[in-house]
This record gives sequence, C-alpha cells and structure tokens, in this order.
Amino acid sequence: MPKSRPEPGREHGRRGWNANAGARGRLAVASFVDQPRVTQMTADEETESEGKAGLMIRPVRAVDVPHVIALDQAITGLAKPDYWEQAFERYGRRRPSERFFLVAVPAEGKDVHILGFIIGEIRAWEFGSEPCGWVFALSVDPQARLHGIGEKLFVAISERFRQAGMAKMRTMVARDNQLHSLFFRGEGMMAGPYIQLEKDLT
Amino acid sequence: MNLQIASRLAIFAVLELAANPERQLSVAEIGEKYGISSHHLAKVMHMLGRAGLVRSARGAGGGYQFVGNKKRTTMLDIIELFENLGAREDEVAPGATTPEGAALRQVLGEIDGNARATLGSITVATLLNLVDRQHRRACGTQAACHLSKA
Repeated sequence: MPKSRPEPGREHGRRGWNANAGARGRLAVASFVDQPRVTQMTADEETESEGKAGLMIRPVRAVDVPHVIALDQAITGLAKPDYWEQAFERYGRRRPSERFFLVAVPAEGKDVHILGFIIGEIRAWEFGSEPCGWVFALSVDPQARLHGIGEKLFVAISERFRQAGMAKMRTMVARDNQLHSLFFRGEGMMAGPYIQLEKDLT
Repeated sequence: MNLQIASRLAIFAVLELAANPERQLSVAEIGEKYGISSHHLAKVMHMLGRAGLVRSARGAGGGYQFVGNKKRTTMLDIIELFENLGAREDEVAPGATTPEGAALRQVLGEIDGNARATLGSITVATLLNLVDRQHRRACGTQAACHLSKA
C-alpha cells in the first residue's frame, strides 16, 4: 500500500519532473510575457544556506550549466544543451529580482558537482492572476535523493519569492504523477483556483 | 464529493492515532471525540488492523496504536480499504451506450480522476499538517486555543 514520498524524478527512473522538458517553451503556464520588475531584491550576489548535510543553495553560475545539462540528461534521457543554455541566459542572468535559478551543491569542496536545481520566476496578470511565484523546474541527482535536497531547494526559492513580496507560489504537476504531487503536497501546496484546460487539435 | 461513513471514520481514527503513535487509544475514546458509535468504529479499526495501519494492544491500558508509515500512507490508501472510489456503473447504466451517455461518462471520469489524484497525493503526515494549520487558525480566533486541541 504505502508509496514513498519522492523527490522529483525519483520514481520514473530516467524521466524526471521538469515542466520545461520540451525543447521549446513548455512552461507551466501558457506563455512567457516580459514584465516590468515587481520588486527589487536586496542583492543579486550569492545567497547561501547550509543545511545539516553540508549543502549550499546558491544562484546558478555559468560554470554550472554543463552539470545542469548532464543532470537533466541523466534524469530525462534527453540531452538539451541549447535549452539549458537559454534557460541560464533567461533565468540565471536576467532580472535577478524576479527570476530564480538556484542550484544545490556540496558546501565543501571546490568542484561544482550539482546535486539539484530549481527554477522559478514571478509572473503577473497571466490568466488574471495577481503577481505570484511560479516554480517550473526542479531536479535532484538520483544518487543524492532522500536527503532533503529537493525540500531545501523548494524552501530556498520560496524565500526568494517571499522576499520579492509574493504571498503565493504555484507549480503544475501532471495529474497522474502521484509521487511528484506527494512531494509538493508535503511542502504544503494545495490545489489553486485555476483549472488547466486543453483541447485536442488533431 | 462524499465519502462513505466508514471511510470518514477510518480517516479520523488514523489521524487521531498517527498524531501520537506512542499513544494507545480505545475505540470508545476515539468514538467519543467524533461522536461515533463504538460498534461501527470497531469494524473500521478491524479493517485498519488488517491493512497494517493500526495494532491493537492488550492489557489494562489496551487500545489501538498507529503502526503505519504516515509519510507513505495516503488518504486514497485508506479510503480504498472501504470503498471503490470512482467505480461507476455508467457502462451498464441506462443510456450508457448512447453518445449522451458517453459524454456524461467523460465528464464524470474527469471528476473522478481529479478526486483520485487529490486523495492519492495527500499523506497522513500532510493531513496532520493541515489539521495543525486548522488548530493555528482556531488559535488566531479563539482566546483559549488550547481547547481546540482537546
């Protein structure tokens, strides 16, 4: 009967949770719209937080990108270097007050071994929604799971959104993806006020 | 949506016991809090015991203890011990083979799918957190918030 509460990507082997897994723009919401800055963060410099396991959560760096690509490929089975380079440019370099691309790395050691990453941004007025934080990518190294890394990444980006003045954060999970739902539910997320609709065009 | 009474009782009993797995509670003690007959609850507890979620302890201080894994047991796991959620007789119901019947089944299937996804994604631990949140809200509106936890 029991199912384990997962960290994203764990249960499907090579198929991880990543709303951006498609080659182009499969974002959690329908479209990406450039928006004015909502708030200013106090600093763009690295913000670090160390956990019990000697974990550091910090903004992504250019040197991390190959490792992000490798981690994503290991989980999804698809190499998407162009996509992640673009994601780094968009979410790792631009508008740091409202776009957050965070990575989890060992607190000690000089290597840049990425244990996990999370990406999100503040969006406003899509579908009539007031500004809120959206999380649309979260991956954890399969070898490093069950150590709370996903949770630390989630908590870290939650704090970024909170510091940016957001009172709400959202994500989207496939309805039949029970284990990913378990993770986000376990972090306190509940169903939101929107219903995703789609139409078969074929 | 509505749950069958046995499912509700089972969820209440599991929450009560899982909130403090070291504690043993009798059927009467659980039943008293929720206004449930001991007779009805005893049947539910028996089923939960067979599923390995609770264990009856003998002796003077005997009662039930939660022995499941609250981080791994979902609401759906508990409910499906007592009812077949979403099981519909639409395919044999009058009009089921008509386009209208198929359209109705499609809509009801969407509702069932959402219900299963929701219940299957909420563990006992998550539900206990929601209970705590309700307590905290009550504390914000009541002077004697400790009473709400009694």
